[in-house]
Amino acid sequence: MLVAAGGLKFGPLHAVGYSRRVPQPTRRTGDAGGVTRSARRWGVGLLVLAPLVLSGCSLSTFGADPSPTTTGRETFHLWQGFTIGAIVVGAITLSLIIYAAIHFRAKRQHEDSVPRQTQYHLPMEITYTVIPIIIVFVLFAFTIVVENAVTALPSVSKDNTIGVQAFQWGWRFTYPGFTIVGETTQDPILEMPEDENVRIVLTSLDVVHGFYIRQFNFSRYALPGVINPFTFNAQRTGTFFGQCTQLCGLYHSLMWFRVKVVTPADYTAWLSMQQARAATLSASAAGQAVQEQTSAGVPIRPDYGGGTN
Amino acid sequence: MTDFAVGIAGVETIDHDVAHVHVHEHEHEHEHDEPAGIYKWLTSTDHKVIGLSYTITSLVMFVIGGFLAELIRIQLTSPNATFVSFAEYNQLFTMHGSLMIYLFVGPFAFGGLANIIVPLQIGAPDMAFPRLNALSYWLYLSGSITMLLGFVVAGGAADFGWVGYAPLSNAIYSPGAGADLWIAALLLTGFSAIFTGVNLCATIFYLRAPGMTMFRMPIFTWNMLATGILILLAFPVLTAGLIMLYCDRHFGTHIFTVQGGGVPVLWQHIFWFWGHPEVYILALPFFGVVTEVIAAFSKKPVFGYKGMVFATITIAALSLGVWAHHMFTTGVVLLPFFSIMSLLIAVPTGIKFFNWIGTMWGGHVRFTAAMLFAIGFLVTFLIGGLTGIYLASPPLDFFTHDTYFVVAHFHSVVLALVMGGMAGLYYWGPKITGYLLDERLGKIQFWLFFIGANVMVMPQYELGLLGMPRRVASYIHDPEWATLNQWATVGAVMMGVSTIFFLVNIVYSWKRYPAGDNPWDAQTLEWFTTSPPPHHNYYALPPIRSERPTWDYHHPDARSLVHGTSHDAAHPEAAT
Repeated sequence: MLVAAGGLKFGPLHAVGYSRRVPQPTRRTGDAGGVTRSARRWGVGLLVLAPLVLSGCSLSTFGADPSPTTTGRETFHLWQGFTIGAIVVGAITLSLIIYAAIHFRAKRQHEDSVPRQTQYHLPMEITYTVIPIIIVFVLFAFTIVVENAVTALPSVSKDNTIGVQAFQWGWRFTYPGFTIVGETTQDPILEMPEDENVRIVLTSLDVVHGFYIRQFNFSRYALPGVINPFTFNAQRTGTFFGQCTQLCGLYHSLMWFRVKVVTPADYTAWLSMQQARAATLSASAAGQAVQEQTSAGVPIRPDYGGGTN
Repeated sequence: MTDFAVGIAGVETIDHDVAHVHVHEHEHEHEHDEPAGIYKWLTSTDHKVIGLSYTITSLVMFVIGGFLAELIRIQLTSPNATFVSFAEYNQLFTMHGSLMIYLFVGPFAFGGLANIIVPLQIGAPDMAFPRLNALSYWLYLSGSITMLLGFVVAGGAADFGWVGYAPLSNAIYSPGAGADLWIAALLLTGFSAIFTGVNLCATIFYLRAPGMTMFRMPIFTWNMLATGILILLAFPVLTAGLIMLYCDRHFGTHIFTVQGGGVPVLWQHIFWFWGHPEVYILALPFFGVVTEVIAAFSKKPVFGYKGMVFATITIAALSLGVWAHHMFTTGVVLLPFFSIMSLLIAVPTGIKFFNWIGTMWGGHVRFTAAMLFAIGFLVTFLIGGLTGIYLASPPLDFFTHDTYFVVAHFHSVVLALVMGGMAGLYYWGPKITGYLLDERLGKIQFWLFFIGANVMVMPQYELGLLGMPRRVASYIHDPEWATLNQWATVGAVMMGVSTIFFLVNIVYSWKRYPAGDNPWDAQTLEWFTTSPPPHHNYYALPPIRSERPTWDYHHPDARSLVHGTSHDAAHPEAAT
């Protein structure tokens, strides 16, 4: 019965990518073979298998987002694999718990008797030790493949290298020649080209912050005194929401930004325009190294939540 | 029969063939001229009195911490609620986490339950160092009061989260006195925990009754030994870290600040080097509780006892090498090492699940309130354990870190532990007080808590996947999250109501149902003595030939069996 968990097999591993094929349990798993003779076990088995089969057929996302970035996509597939494993293992274990509790409930005729006092069953104990070890190493193997892809640092062009500095409570994006800054609720925009490797070089100017872009399925701490580089490659244009995830003080809830993925041509044009604008401004207002792009009319640090203390 | 009872200090040796083994000689109970009332509470070094003080104090912390949680949940019912301010919200979740982790779950387990039960389970007259034990309690009580005082000082309580990440927790970003009180409280309770750890290890190593070999100790005692060792290895590190943090705040030591050449992430290493063993310092005692409860209410020995002991030791050992899985997203730790170490913990934990299932298998499972809580623990902990496996995988941790997925994961775990604690109270409460708790109220309490816990965490898993960060007081950017948050609040309120049922039960059952020595036909040694036990716990001990001497004494023909041996045929009356 416990061997069933061994049926957890993932699709073949491709060179770098993680197979889109979703793992399927290769054996009937839910029933506790040999432990009860009643037909009820088939009912239990089917009940356990039904959601698995259904979810497997429709390639469920299990609540995650099939990210626009290549690495986010791989994380998403890893999520699917882990979730199918968790559902199989969880369903088997949960069924055994509920079955054991209900099937072996004390009945009236048991009042003066004691059940068999079985304490050891070595083959069973070896089985339930070895199978989890195998599962763990399979999960680890897939983890390593995806992890290496997600943390890889391929070479990128200078124009695609963006410095991100987090601070209480906002973000500063440093492009070659100009800087974009936005504070609480202002949504500074992190613009990046589609289908090209983009290097983010992350750090913090004060406390620890969390750089998190939901749909990229990725976050990284912005640590003071540490430079944290990582790479995105977005496969489609669009605007995505980002937010600080690590508690950083009073306005942690409002430390937002947006990521705008545009075509490479649009990106190059936007870069040139911003660089020209920055050059003009710094010529006209000497000493002003940083200029801020803010959404007009949004007050800095609005009084959300009933007070600033 | 040649078994003889073994004498312990001050207790006469009794031949166990003699019928009057239960020596209820009442003159014994008054041979110690003990003070009574508040003076007894203030001066006692009896592990049972101290343990009960610990239990009650920690339950008060549970109620206060739970109340703070309800306030948090009220704030989150709408995207931009103004029930509390941002500053107050930060204090609320910081103090909620601190009360629950530092002042409730741990002290309840190792100061409350273990303090009372471990000496009883191994036939010891008291803890090894009774005065140190008393010091532990008074340090814990002063620490708890110190932490709560944060609410009444200018600037309010600590507001940097229960993990106190540097440099947010330094004097520049958190200048208030609340932060200092938080540090002082943790120093006090930290020393308290260390002393309790010393006491547990010494008691278990040196005060076992004759016959009580290591492999005859009940699983709960084994787990408390592992917990005690983990306390000794982990808590001094936290305590040292807190002193460093205090020096950074007031003496300009720059240990955790970049400006002076310090390393902020060092705090995370120190904190989690304590913090992850701490997870198991919290969990192992309750693993032990449910093991005892499931065995007692299945009328069976713990299935795979020795395997379970090794699983416990393995968990304790591995837990010392996994701390940086809390730091995967820092970008400054070696990911594969901490990933495989964390994943491997699933193996001994999985073994325990099959031990628990195997114990119920073929037994006579009685659904008392304690047993329901134990099964509730299994189900809820299963969910928390499985979602923990995701977080051991760095890419999936990048994806879910600091979102509500993590909040839901560890609330699945700790709410399971609370159910384990409740199982312990319903199971051992009668041994401590001499009176049973009301079963019907207990079952209502269980169902409210069990359903409430899962109604709260399930929407939180979903919120985490949608991208809701933890520790946010508003989500005005995503008002559509309100419905899921409201469901979570419904779950939290159910747990609040459940706790009211628990308090009502204590009052209602007060001296109502006398328990007798062994109301559950339980197996381990503590059920051999009276309820409540006398001053030095035992007048007489049964022969200790296995890890369940009380069972062996009452059911001499129903010894433990090894599958596939000739013992099977030897006890036809035991076969069902």
